[in-house]
Amino acid sequence: MSLTLEQVHRVAHLARIEISETEAQSTLGHLNGIFSLIEEMQAVDTQGVEPMAHAQDLAQRLRADHVNESDGLDQRSAFQAIAPETEAGLYLVPKVIE
Amino acid sequence: MIERSLQALRQALAAREISSVELTQLYLDRIARHDPQLNAFITVDQTRSLAQARAADEQLARGEAGPLTGIPIAHKDIFCTRGWLTTCGSKILGNFVSPYDAAVIARFAAAGAVLLGKTNMDEFAMGSSNETSFYGPVKNPWDASCVPGGSSGGSAAAVAARLAPAATGTDTGGSIRQPAALCNLTGMKPTYGVVSRYGMIAFASSLDQAGPLARSAADCALLLNTMAGFDERDSTSLDRPLEDYSRELNVPPGDKPLAGLRIGLPDEFFGEGCSPEVMRLVEAAIADYRQLGAETVAISLPSTHLSVAAYYVIAPAEASSNLARFDGVRYGYRAPQYQDLNDLYSKTRAQGFGAEVKRRILIGTYVLSHGYYDAYYLQAQRIRRLIADDFAKAFRQCDVIVGPTSPSTAFKLGEKAADPVQMYLSDIYTIAVNLAGLPAISIPCGFAGGLPAGLQLIGDYFTETRLLNVAHRYQQTSSWHLQQPGGFA
Repeated sequence: MSLTLEQVHRVAHLARIEISETEAQSTLGHLNGIFSLIEEMQAVDTQGVEPMAHAQDLAQRLRADHVNESDGLDQRSAFQAIAPETEAGLYLVPKVIE
Repeated sequence: MIERSLQALRQALAAREISSVELTQLYLDRIARHDPQLNAFITVDQTRSLAQARAADEQLARGEAGPLTGIPIAHKDIFCTRGWLTTCGSKILGNFVSPYDAAVIARFAAAGAVLLGKTNMDEFAMGSSNETSFYGPVKNPWDASCVPGGSSGGSAAAVAARLAPAATGTDTGGSIRQPAALCNLTGMKPTYGVVSRYGMIAFASSLDQAGPLARSAADCALLLNTMAGFDERDSTSLDRPLEDYSRELNVPPGDKPLAGLRIGLPDEFFGEGCSPEVMRLVEAAIADYRQLGAETVAISLPSTHLSVAAYYVIAPAEASSNLARFDGVRYGYRAPQYQDLNDLYSKTRAQGFGAEVKRRILIGTYVLSHGYYDAYYLQAQRIRRLIADDFAKAFRQCDVIVGPTSPSTAFKLGEKAADPVQMYLSDIYTIAVNLAGLPAISIPCGFAGGLPAGLQLIGDYFTETRLLNVAHRYQQTSSWHLQQPGGFA
């Protein structure tokens, strides 16, 4: 199987990575090389094999639903101090709704 | 002092033969002198490191020393470190000063260790040569025209050149073991879930595991004692009783210290694909193991040849999801100019990520997208099961599986950088271990053309203590691990 240029643009859009026409061309070559490696899997009969998501087949641990950070507001300022743009405790992004 | 084991450094500090400030300064001076050639560190902060060393000296004076009090340790720049720049080798985190500590960082601090600096790495740990770092490639101390391996290449180069007594790394497909092999170090990837991933910037969460890079198995055991332990903040951390990973090392060696040990030799690791020079050294090490009393049995891991293919579906799939968080909104880089929200995301990520990271995000996005999920992602997970089953079957016949860590010694800078597939194939012996979640260690086993080679020992789940002992017994009767590169006086 090989990808098309259009698919590269489509996937780049889904992944929110701006890609130029030149980059898309070289990316296409690289991705097709990688997929020819991956294709090796397709010849294997895996019918009846249970997919393995994880090394340890454990149930997800649960915890009580309560606040476990005592200094919530200090955390907010510590975390927002490193944000590109904030105002009044909120993260700023370009206007989404006109 | 720089040749002493961690245990010996501990004794020297306890006996006041040297202070932590002196020891830390010694290494900071070595970094200042030699790191410009190697580029092993992304961040060094003399003032902070020395402040930690002074605090350690006070602790030592009060007789309150922990297991690593006063010993400087370098950390891979993948571990979030409060108040320190934490870049993960990427431009997108080029301004990220972490507001909190990763579990590994906190555990080293609690054990009294001094943070010596943050080491260079492939961007987001995606690479096998350290050439994908935004902060420039790392050079191999054994030959500056060669790569140190990756992704924990900065940690490996730093310890190999004696710019740090030991370092941490992370291993998603071989990123501790392969650089250990290429730099003549001992490096261990523990069983998945033994070391907390909290605050360790995620690449492929079902495969990522932190571990030590050091000059001996004995040092690795001491480091793992500090790193391992349950952490409720990591949902895949395993709640198991603590163990002393050094406990088998101090048993006096008899004539045949490994009598009764069954070493499995998989056909698949001894066929084509490995350079003859490396294979010769691996065979010689196996002969040495027979001298130590071990017996060898032929085994087969028939699905392992599929591990690279399965890995390059599973790891990018997980990465594409994990790296969605880098959006230029909450932290890190934001593109200077954009039209709307989508444009902000797309430009930030286009400018912030390097080529290899983008490739893997695109692969992951593709294999998870509608219409391809079953053919790629589910098929890869089924093959992952076959690979894990191979190991389970093999461990009914043997205690440890042995083979090469890497199919070659260190390759030249630039040699594989343009061809991702060639780069991926340098991890053919290490990747299956991550897919299965098993522990494994790489130890030095000799030199070919002046470059070191590594022997990989793979154990069943939770057999770190035995693996470390099997590595240690070899190191008691060999001197490969004591060799150090010239030019770093």
